[in-house]
Amino acid sequence: MAERALAMQPLAVAGSRPGAVTLLLRMVRQRRIIGLGGAILLVMLGVAIAAPALAPYDPMDIQAAERLRRPAAAHPFGTDEFGRDILSRTIFGARLSLLVGALVTLVAIAVGTVIGLAAGWSPRADRVIMRIMDGVMAFPDILLAIALMAALGPSLRNVVIALAFVYTPRVARVVRASVLVVVNLDYVDAARAIGARSQRILARHVLANCVSPIIVQGTFVAAFAMLGEAALSFLGVGVPPDTPTWGGIIAAGQLYLSQAWWISIFPGAAVILSVLALNLVGDGLRDFLDPRLRYAA
Amino acid sequence: MTSYLLGRVLALAPVMLVVAIVVFLIARFTPGDPIRVLLGEDARPEQVQALRQLHGLDAPLPVQFALWISRAVRGDLGRSLFNRLPVTRTIWQHVGPTMMLSTMALAVALVIGIPIGIASAVYRNSWLDQASLTLVMLGAAVPSFWLGLTLIVVFAVNLGWLPSSGFRPPDEGLWRSVRYLLLPALALGVPNSALIIRFVRGSLLDVIATDYVRTARAKGLAERAVIFRHALRNALVPILTVVGLTFAALMGGAVVTETVFSIPGIGQLVVQSVLRRDYPVIQGVTLIVAASYVFINLLVDVLYLVVDPRVKY
Repeated sequence: MAERALAMQPLAVAGSRPGAVTLLLRMVRQRRIIGLGGAILLVMLGVAIAAPALAPYDPMDIQAAERLRRPAAAHPFGTDEFGRDILSRTIFGARLSLLVGALVTLVAIAVGTVIGLAAGWSPRADRVIMRIMDGVMAFPDILLAIALMAALGPSLRNVVIALAFVYTPRVARVVRASVLVVVNLDYVDAARAIGARSQRILARHVLANCVSPIIVQGTFVAAFAMLGEAALSFLGVGVPPDTPTWGGIIAAGQLYLSQAWWISIFPGAAVILSVLALNLVGDGLRDFLDPRLRYAA
Repeated sequence: MTSYLLGRVLALAPVMLVVAIVVFLIARFTPGDPIRVLLGEDARPEQVQALRQLHGLDAPLPVQFALWISRAVRGDLGRSLFNRLPVTRTIWQHVGPTMMLSTMALAVALVIGIPIGIASAVYRNSWLDQASLTLVMLGAAVPSFWLGLTLIVVFAVNLGWLPSSGFRPPDEGLWRSVRYLLLPALALGVPNSALIIRFVRGSLLDVIATDYVRTARAKGLAERAVIFRHALRNALVPILTVVGLTFAALMGGAVVTETVFSIPGIGQLVVQSVLRRDYPVIQGVTLIVAASYVFINLLVDVLYLVVDPRVKY
């Protein structure tokens, strides 16, 4: 109890708001899963950035004598049919997977926020926009992404475009929903009464209140995007096959499943771990950022 | 009620229009001239021009769209560039395995999801609840294709209990057919049970908190009777919604799962068509799957009327 009272103290000071670091620490302490998920993500990010230094072998290095080796000290994750080290390939695969996850999330948030704001603000635009969003969401995610990839052609840029297209409606819906709540609040009326223009109200007042749901939805979009990228690469319609990707390695291992299970299993574990980490952070943030729970000790 | 149904059906029109426009535009964005693909590289320009006019490809985009959609409504989705067969017939030939796989996967998801969801609501915050929460988190993170490969390694390669891939139509024996579909149905169904667990748990917790459940307990009914005869009846109605939602996930997941297990369904068809650049087939499958998703969700709404007498329109 004493500890709790201490933690509450700064809040008693009227008008003082906790700094970013304090808030982050409190967040992690209250929702342990944010810390756990965040730590896994940071490790993944570190691995992706330091891939050339961390990987024990060149991921492209073909060693015919070392082909289809089981996991052992020399090759902890084993080797594939060309004698390439699976650990090194999985480490390099993290780069592409995280990159796609981050880029898709950024694009989906940027576009989805604009669409959601427009829909929430103008009832006339809302009717048209939401019908379009409903239409896009009627396609199963992967199927729409595959169809888009077929039209756009395989490349990193197109994977990002296709997946961002698929997941933008999710962001737009969440933003629209919060805008619809916020625009009816008194302080928006007040802002309008003192003569603030629409753009200013939207940017300064409405958007500020949509940040939490956008962040939460963003982590889920990142998780979906990483799963989507893995599926596209697995099917051979994602990035060109010369780049090591988790989905691509899993697909290559499928042919050798009866002799060398490790080729497919380890990169899959990497997918699960990263998606799990993102979902942990997303779930934790959703609980924490709910305005009714905010600042509550 | 009739006017409600009519309204619901009319509300589908704009959504289906958007679906059709998206599918149409995807085909338009496609690199390469479809006529060139049809005729080959060394076609004479006048041949190209003639065929272009025949297919209406020289008309403005909206006119082309109107043409395409009026054919599509009558069931004419063009012909496959690969084997020249009508797209509708090609899709029809691949529907069976996908329907069997999706139905079995849905059954797996429900058989896993409903009991676990009930148990974790009844024994809330117990170790059982924690374990099912872990399962939910894992289920949302596991790619179904990876789970499929893992199941093959364990049950087909090492234990040799079940076939590793392939498909047998039910007329060759139902049991044989089911044996081939068991692993794919597990691969697809287990991750999708996560959503069902969440739904059942949340819905049952809501109902347990209501007054009539407290009354049932207060009059001294056994907990078992309270849960199964009183609470569950109302808690399971929202399951209908999850079934509708899961359908889209299953159709999408089937694309990948069918590739893993070499099942000749819609998913394998679409992946092969992408690799063959067979655009009419991709277009047709995308359109039909999205349309059936919209239709299933309409069906779910209508079923609510039948299942839940409180729902009145």
